[in-house]
Amino acid sequence: MSKSFSAIDGADEEGIDREAFTPGIEPQATWCPGCGDFGVLKALKGAMPEIGRTPDETLLVTGIGCSGKLSSYFESYGFHSIHGRSLPVARAAKLANPGLEVIAAGGDGDGYGIGGNHFMHTARENHDMLYIVFNNEIFGLTKGQTSPTSPKGHKSKTQPHGSAKDPIRPLSMALSAGASYVARTAAVNPRQATEVLAEAMEHDGFAHVDFLTQCPTWNKDAKQYVPYTDVQQSDDYDFDVADRREAAEMMHETEDKLYEGEVLTGRFYVEEDRRSYGQEKRETGEMPEEPLAERYFDDDYEWERSYDLLDVHK
Amino acid sequence: MTGNELIWRIAGGSGDGIDSTSQSFTKALMRAGLNVFTHRHYPSRIRGGHTYVEVRAAEHEVKSRGDGFNFLLALGDSFARNPQDEAYYGNEEAKPLSENLDDLREGGVIVYDEGLLDESEIDDFEERVEANDWHVYPMDLRGIAREHGREIMRNTAGVAVTAALLGMDTDPFEELMSDNMGGDILDDNLTVLEEAYETAADLDHSHDLEAPTADEHDEQQVLLNGSNALAYGALDEGCRFIAGYPMTPWTDVFTIMTQHLPEVGGISEQVEDEIAAASLAIGASHAGVKAMSGSSGGGFALMSEPLGLAEMTETPLVLVEAMRAGPSTGMPTKPEQADLEHILYTSQGDSNRVVFAPSTVAECYDQAREAFRVAYEYQIPAVIVIDQKLSGETINVPEAHFDREPNPDLGSTLTEEEIAEASHHASGKFNRFQHDPEDGVSPRSIPGQSDGRFLASGNEHTPQGHISEDPDNRVAQTDRRLRKLDAIREDLDDTELDRQTHYGPDDAEYGILTWGSQQSTVEEAVERLNDDGHSVKALGVSDLMPYPKADVTEFLESVEDCLVVEMNASAQFRGLTQKELGRFGEKLSSLLKYNGNPFEPAEIVEGFEVQVNGGTEPPTAQVRIEPAAGD
Ligand SMILES: Cc1ncc(C[n+]2csc(CCOP(=O)(O)OP(=O)(O)O)c2C)c(N)n1
Ligand code: SF4
Repeated sequence: MSKSFSAIDGADEEGIDREAFTPGIEPQATWCPGCGDFGVLKALKGAMPEIGRTPDETLLVTGIGCSGKLSSYFESYGFHSIHGRSLPVARAAKLANPGLEVIAAGGDGDGYGIGGNHFMHTARENHDMLYIVFNNEIFGLTKGQTSPTSPKGHKSKTQPHGSAKDPIRPLSMALSAGASYVARTAAVNPRQATEVLAEAMEHDGFAHVDFLTQCPTWNKDAKQYVPYTDVQQSDDYDFDVADRREAAEMMHETEDKLYEGEVLTGRFYVEEDRRSYGQEKRETGEMPEEPLAERYFDDDYEWERSYDLLDVHK
Repeated sequence: MTGNELIWRIAGGSGDGIDSTSQSFTKALMRAGLNVFTHRHYPSRIRGGHTYVEVRAAEHEVKSRGDGFNFLLALGDSFARNPQDEAYYGNEEAKPLSENLDDLREGGVIVYDEGLLDESEIDDFEERVEANDWHVYPMDLRGIAREHGREIMRNTAGVAVTAALLGMDTDPFEELMSDNMGGDILDDNLTVLEEAYETAADLDHSHDLEAPTADEHDEQQVLLNGSNALAYGALDEGCRFIAGYPMTPWTDVFTIMTQHLPEVGGISEQVEDEIAAASLAIGASHAGVKAMSGSSGGGFALMSEPLGLAEMTETPLVLVEAMRAGPSTGMPTKPEQADLEHILYTSQGDSNRVVFAPSTVAECYDQAREAFRVAYEYQIPAVIVIDQKLSGETINVPEAHFDREPNPDLGSTLTEEEIAEASHHASGKFNRFQHDPEDGVSPRSIPGQSDGRFLASGNEHTPQGHISEDPDNRVAQTDRRLRKLDAIREDLDDTELDRQTHYGPDDAEYGILTWGSQQSTVEEAVERLNDDGHSVKALGVSDLMPYPKADVTEFLESVEDCLVVEMNASAQFRGLTQKELGRFGEKLSSLLKYNGNPFEPAEIVEGFEVQVNGGTEPPTAQVRIEPAAGD
C-alpha cells in the first residue's frame, strides 16, 4: 500500500471537529449579512465530523455564483470550477479516486439552469457523491435576475413583465432522472440541515439536497422559508421514503406548496439497495478495483505499453 | 515520375465492406514487403453513397496518396438498390464506375462487377477508354460469389481478380483470411478467392501493369492510422482516463481508447456533451490521473470554457482536436485545416495552451506522448491537432518506432514527503500557486494527500488558491503563467526529436512552408520539383504553440520566396507565421485547398510552378493561389 494518499481513512476520527473545516478566511468577505449561504456552510461543517472525514480527504467542487464561494470558506481540497460544471469535474474526481469524499455544490441558476444537463445525467448515473444546490430562487451574484426556481410572475430586471415560466421542480427532476437520495432542507433549520447532509454523504449513490437559502439582498422576503415543516417529524405526512411512487407524490405536493408559503423539508426519497455507478463499473470490469490515482504513486506498479496492442496491426 | 507503384482504388457503397477489404489488401501488400499508404474517401452517410479507398504500394517509401491511381476495382453498391422493387435510386447504380474515372491514369486497369454494373449506362465510356488507353475487365464478381459462397463475398472475388491481373500470389490473402475468420465462412471465401483468381488468370491480359515486388523487409512493420498511433502514444505515456462525446473524426481516437482503457486498468466515460467531457478530464487530472478528452470543431468549441479553466487552475489536460471541414457542421467526413485559429485563440483572457500538429502516423504517437509530458510537467492544457486525413489514413510503421519507456510520471506533482517540506501558509494551506518559480511551474499536491490542501479556482487567486483581485498578485500570477510558454519552447528545442522537419537541399532558392498533415505530401512534391530542376526545400511545422520562431525565421531568411501550403481558404498558418515573426509578409504567398480533399503532390508541384513564374492563376479549379502581401 502506498503512502500517497495517507489522509484517506488515515486520520484519527476522534479528533475531528468542525473547527478543522474553518479556513483562515472569512465568508463575510463576499456574502451579505443574513444570507442563507452561511447556513449551508455551518451545516456542512457540522456534518463532516459526524461522518468522520477530515479536510484532507474531502474534495469540494463548486460552480460559480455566491453559492460557488462555498469552497473558499470551507477548509478542504477545493475546486472552484465554472458556471454549471461542478458535477462533471466532481464525478470524474470520484471515479479517479473513490477514497475521496466528494461534494459538489452550486446555486439554482448554476445547477438547474446552465448545468441542468449535467444534473440529469449525474443523477441518472448515480455517482456516489453529495450534491448541494443552494436554492434561493434568484441569481445572486449577477444581481438578482430571475432563476429557474423563481416563482411564476416573478419580476426582475430581466423579466420586467413578470416571469411567464413555471418554476422548475428540482426534487421531482432528481427523482425521475435517477438520483438515489433526494432531500430538501433549509438554512433556517441548521439542525435538520446538518443531519440531512451527514446522511446524504453516507449514502452510497447520488445524493441530491435542494437547500433552501434566503437571499435578503435580491429576494427581499428574507424570511421566505419560515415557518417550515419537517416531513419526518410531522404526523401529517406519513409516507415511505423508500417507495418511489409515494416519494414522487410527496415531492409534487411540496413543490406546489413551496410557492404558496408552505415549506416542507426532510428526506423525500432514499433508495438503499441500488449500486452506485462506480460499483457498477467495477463489476462490469470497466474500472479497476483499487483507486486509479494511487497507481501513479506506486513504484512497483507495472505500466503496460502498446506492444501487445500492435499485434493486430502486423 | 514515381517508379513502379500500384495505386489501387476500390469503390462501392458505404456498408459494403470496402474499408475492411482494403485494409486486408493493404496488409497483404505490407506483409509482402512493400511500403503502403491508404486514403479513405467516404460520404457522411452510413449505407450507400460513393465510397472509395485508395491503396498505394511501392518498394520505395510512400508518403502520400500520390497522384491519381492506376487500378480501379468497381464493386456494385448494394445500397443503391431499393429493396422493395429492386430498382435503383436515380443514377446511383453506376456510381462506383462513373465517379471514379476522372483520376484514373492513362494505361490504367478497370475491373468492374458486371453482375451489378453496366458500362453502357455511362456516357462516352468507350471513347474515354480508348482515349486513355484503359484496359477494361468486366467480371461477374457477384455471380462467382453467389455460386461459391454468398453475395457479400464479391469483395473477396474482386481482390482475387486484382491479384490475378497483377501477377500476385494469393498466399498473403489466404493467410489474412485465416487470421480473421474460420469455419464455413473461411472455406467459402477461400473457394471464392480461388475461383475468381482462376477465371481472371485465364483471361487475355492486355495491360502491362504489374504489382510492385520487394525484398523481404528486415523490420517488422505495423499498419496503423493516425488515430491508433495517437491513442497508443497516450496509453504508453500513462493516460488512463478519457471522457468524450462522439463526433467525426474524433470518434476514432475516443473509441480506440475506450476499447483499451479497461484492459490496462483505466477509465473511459461517454458523457452528455463536450463541456462535460473536458470537465471530467479536468476532474480526473486534478484527482491525480493522466487524463484526456477531445472532439472535432463544433465539439471543441464547447470545450472553450473548460480549456481556460484548466489553464487558470493549472490542471494538466490533453485535448485532441480532429479537424474536419467547417464552419458549423461543415463536411463531417472531409478534411480541412481551418480550425487552426480556433484552436490557438479560443477561450477568454490571456489564456495559453500548447498546440502540437503531428505530420505523420508515426509522429501522432510521438506527439501524443510529448503532449502528455508537457501538459503534466508544466501544468498546462496541451492540444493535439489532427484532421480527418491523418486520423483515417494508414501507413506501415516499423514496430521498433514504438519501443519506448512508459512514462506514468505525473510531472510537477509532489509526494507527501515533499509536501511536508514545502512552504505552507500560516493558516495551514499549502502554497500551491507560488509567484516566483523561474519556469512558471509551481508543483501541485493531489487531493487525499496529507497537508496538501489548496483551492483550485478559475478565478484569479493567491498562492493558496484564495480568490483575489489584488493587483500585485494578479500581475505576478499572470506573468508566471505566461512564463511557462517560454520554458516549454526551450524544453522542446532541447528534445532529441526533430520537431520541425526539413526536406530538400539546404541551399535551395525557394521554400515551401507547411504544417500538420500536409507535410509528407509536400515532401513528395519537393522531391519531384528538385528532380525537375527546381531548387526547392520545405519546412514542415509540427509545433504551433509555442511557435518555433527561430527555426522558421532561419528557414525564411535562407530562401528568396516561400509558398505556404495549407488546407483552408483564409491562409491561417501563413497569418500565424507573419504574426509570430512580425515580418516576411512580402516573401510569403499561399497555395490553398479547401474542397474537402487533401492535396495531391502534383497539385503542389503545379502550384509551385505557377508561383515561381509569377502567375496567380491556379493550375486547377480545386486550389487557390494567394499572392504575397504587397504584390
Ligand atoms: C458561462 C457563464 N455564464 C454566465 C455567468 C455569469 N454568472 C455568474 S453567477 C451567475 C448566476 C448565479 O446564480 P445562482 O447559480 O442561482 O447562484 P447564487 O449567486 O444565487 O448563489 C451567472 C449567470 C458565468 N460566470 N459564466
Ligand atoms: S446576493 Fe444574495 S445570495 Fe449572494 S451573498 Fe448576498 S444574500 Fe447571499
